[in-house]
Amino acid sequence: MNSRKATAVLALATALALGASACSSSDKTTDKGTGTSAGTDAALTQVVNKSDKAGGTVSYEHSDVPDSLDPGNTYYGWVQNFSRLYGRTLVTFKPAAGAEGLQIVPDLATGLGKASADAKTWTYTIRKDVKYEDGTLVTSKDVKYAIERSNFAPEALSNGPTYFKAYLVGGDAYKGPYKDKSPGGLASIETPDDSTIVFHLSKPFADFDYLATFSQTAPVPQAKDTGAQYVKHIMSTGPYKFESYDDGKSAVLVRNPMWSKAIDPLRPALPDKITMKFKVNGVTIDKDLLAGTITVDAAGAGVQPASQPSVLSAANKKNTDNSYAGATSYVALNVNVKPFDNPDCRKAVQWAIDKTSVQTAAGGNVKGDVATTLLPPSVNGYSKFDLYPTPGNKGDTTKAKAALTACGQPGGFTTNLSARSDRASEMAAATAIQNSLKAVGITVNIKSFPAGKYFSNFAGVPDYVHSHGLGMMMMAWGADWPTGYGFLDQIIDGSAIKPSGGNNLMELNDPTINKALSDAIANTDSAARTKAWGDIDKLTMENASVVPLLYRKNLLYRPPSATNVTVTQAFLGMYDYLLISSSK
Amino acid sequence: MTAPIETTAAQAGAQPEAILSGVKKSQIEGRSLGQIAWLRFRRDKVAVAGGIVVILLVLLAVLAKPIESIFGLDPNAFHQDLVDPVLLAPKGAWGGMSWEHPLGVDPQFGRDLLARVIEGSWVSLLVATGATILSNVIGTVLGVIAGYYGGWVDSVISRMMDTFLAFPLLLFAISISASLQDGAFGLDGLPLRICVLIFVIGFFNWPYMGRIVRGQTLSLREREFVEAARSLGARGPFILFRELLPNLVAPILVYSTLLIPTNIIFEAALSFLGVGIAPPQSSWGGMLTSAIDLYEADPQYMIVPGLAIFVTVLAFNLLGDGLRDALDPRSK
Repeated sequence: MNSRKATAVLALATALALGASACSSSDKTTDKGTGTSAGTDAALTQVVNKSDKAGGTVSYEHSDVPDSLDPGNTYYGWVQNFSRLYGRTLVTFKPAAGAEGLQIVPDLATGLGKASADAKTWTYTIRKDVKYEDGTLVTSKDVKYAIERSNFAPEALSNGPTYFKAYLVGGDAYKGPYKDKSPGGLASIETPDDSTIVFHLSKPFADFDYLATFSQTAPVPQAKDTGAQYVKHIMSTGPYKFESYDDGKSAVLVRNPMWSKAIDPLRPALPDKITMKFKVNGVTIDKDLLAGTITVDAAGAGVQPASQPSVLSAANKKNTDNSYAGATSYVALNVNVKPFDNPDCRKAVQWAIDKTSVQTAAGGNVKGDVATTLLPPSVNGYSKFDLYPTPGNKGDTTKAKAALTACGQPGGFTTNLSARSDRASEMAAATAIQNSLKAVGITVNIKSFPAGKYFSNFAGVPDYVHSHGLGMMMMAWGADWPTGYGFLDQIIDGSAIKPSGGNNLMELNDPTINKALSDAIANTDSAARTKAWGDIDKLTMENASVVPLLYRKNLLYRPPSATNVTVTQAFLGMYDYLLISSSK
Repeated sequence: MTAPIETTAAQAGAQPEAILSGVKKSQIEGRSLGQIAWLRFRRDKVAVAGGIVVILLVLLAVLAKPIESIFGLDPNAFHQDLVDPVLLAPKGAWGGMSWEHPLGVDPQFGRDLLARVIEGSWVSLLVATGATILSNVIGTVLGVIAGYYGGWVDSVISRMMDTFLAFPLLLFAISISASLQDGAFGLDGLPLRICVLIFVIGFFNWPYMGRIVRGQTLSLREREFVEAARSLGARGPFILFRELLPNLVAPILVYSTLLIPTNIIFEAALSFLGVGIAPPQSSWGGMLTSAIDLYEADPQYMIVPGLAIFVTVLAFNLLGDGLRDALDPRSK
């Protein structure tokens, strides 16, 4: 049909035009030296539409509701990013373009954490000039209280991660500030004076600064805390405070008069107003973005598949950014399910899978790049290598068959592959894997399970996996904080094997890998630590129980009215909400 | 409602041969219920067309595998070189139509759509027919018992129907399909999935049939021929299955042809929710499911299985309407 032909022609024209504009835009950049020129993927490496004009409204829309906007009660990446507008954490990620965005910089604290030599004691000094929106001065006790309520009181605030509980001394015994009314609170967080806070950890943990970026360290005044209801009257320490908050529907933020640039070097805080709407249909959000009536899709996970053709059309593609989502999808080969107890059988799968086919099936290159390592490129510690290189990433039948022979199954074997039935692209990837393994004689039966019960009842339950012969399991993983440890700890460490709900689907319990992980996290030398994550990644790939498929990517769209737009790698490849402003 | 058919059948079936022996058969031949219905049915051109399409579809479903091998169609062969990885659509116009792939290819794997529609036909029809038969058997037996015996038997069975109708069928279908992933009842893989689908769809749809049959039975059991049988000493089971059931054939047959298309759509809905047939096996519902996400990029992918379902449902409905008119002219 004509229109379809036209689309193809348009696509080709777009590709050519983009190629041309990419060159010209980089030229422009060097000419002006401002870094403001737009273009496809421009916001991945620079701040697009740079502006220092104050005023305007940034409007967000979200297709769902957040777990909570309370900084102490959220696990969502986008709320971690967004809450920095009204909550200052001890330290945070630098609002900057490219890899610079992975740097940690002081925010409420005056400097990064000072660690003891054994990485078990961490001390922060906080600024003496930060006030809440009602004018009360922020003290270190408020930070201590915020961490206590967010990590230790699941009866009221159950959504957030509980890393502080896991690492602080006595964390397992403390019952939280709502139940335990003792004035001292948790003994392992000390506040010797109003500007000092000291954390005592039960084991060495050199990534502690990353925990201190969590929204959970944003101060909360105990006198104003109403537990689960606090979300309705959050006390702001950032440049914006809540003018209105309608649970599950909308929120409006306006300037906080107690904040000034003098006490906050990080935030440009250009817009006068920020609006947020929840429960807007995903495709509607994309249409609003294209029409320029809103500034950002708050979820930051990219446009809907149905909108992809119009977003990628010639007129719009220059305003898209295809960012790394900080997650890798992979196949976990369970080392306790035959024949994958034999490393050569695992290697046969490594060689046989046509990753390009998987990529096409999962939605093409805008959905992800072919992966050869477990760590994605946007995580501190990523090192590029490929232990099982095949031409065009299309798999190597000869090498796969040789590996099959080495493992004593020259004719192939039959196994099961689990996938989440309600994730269309995961099911499609599984189908592509099934097809490429068929070529070497491995018969794969796909078992699909609902995503909500995938870890609690099926793939995350070793007993179920063994008794049902789930040799292969589709998996995707993103880190809670962007370092090798934040990424790897929960998926390859032997201690992460749980009777139910675990994420170490391979049941990988290799003493070398376990030791390498615990050694590295105790190392306060950050360069050595960062290098170690790449080495551990390599050890995992040598074990061959993980077949990386794709580094996930988001297809983001920035309307031309959005200014100061850049992708932050620290928050799963969404735009940096501290920087973004609007010409509208 | 069934009165004229009943009398015709009684006259025709009584003893015409004995009384009218010697007369040319063709002149005075008594016409059976079936023959009369067939005559009426044949006059209804639309219904005949529906019937022909249904027969063709059944032939297609039964002969799917031989047809595929004769024409060299492979529903599971990948042709990803025919797919544009950026636009999530097949290269070329009309969803990648070509002589090699007359209906185009699917946008993720480049699998031939014609082959997949043919391959999907037997799954969809088998599930729909199987489920219809299952719900008919349960519905008819329980409905006729409830209607004939009445009293507490009727109350118990009717409440049971209410319970089943109130059951959150989709939730149950999802959980049962998810929990029966592996071998069960000595079955595995595709046969198991098909049996599970037939069971889930059929077992929870019987009350609709049950209510219709119960209502018919209620009116029939007061009729003279039933009283006559009873006065001659016939017992419950005989009356149920020899007197009542034959008179219920018409509504059962009609309702079945209308239930089959509903079940085809239900199979599609279950596949849409991801608890239908496991990949790579194609089914019409499964094809629709994956097409939904990509309709803007590749409308053809949705149109092909959509048309297949549309034509099948329409043909069964026309056939059902025609059958009803033929078997039960007063309802016209």
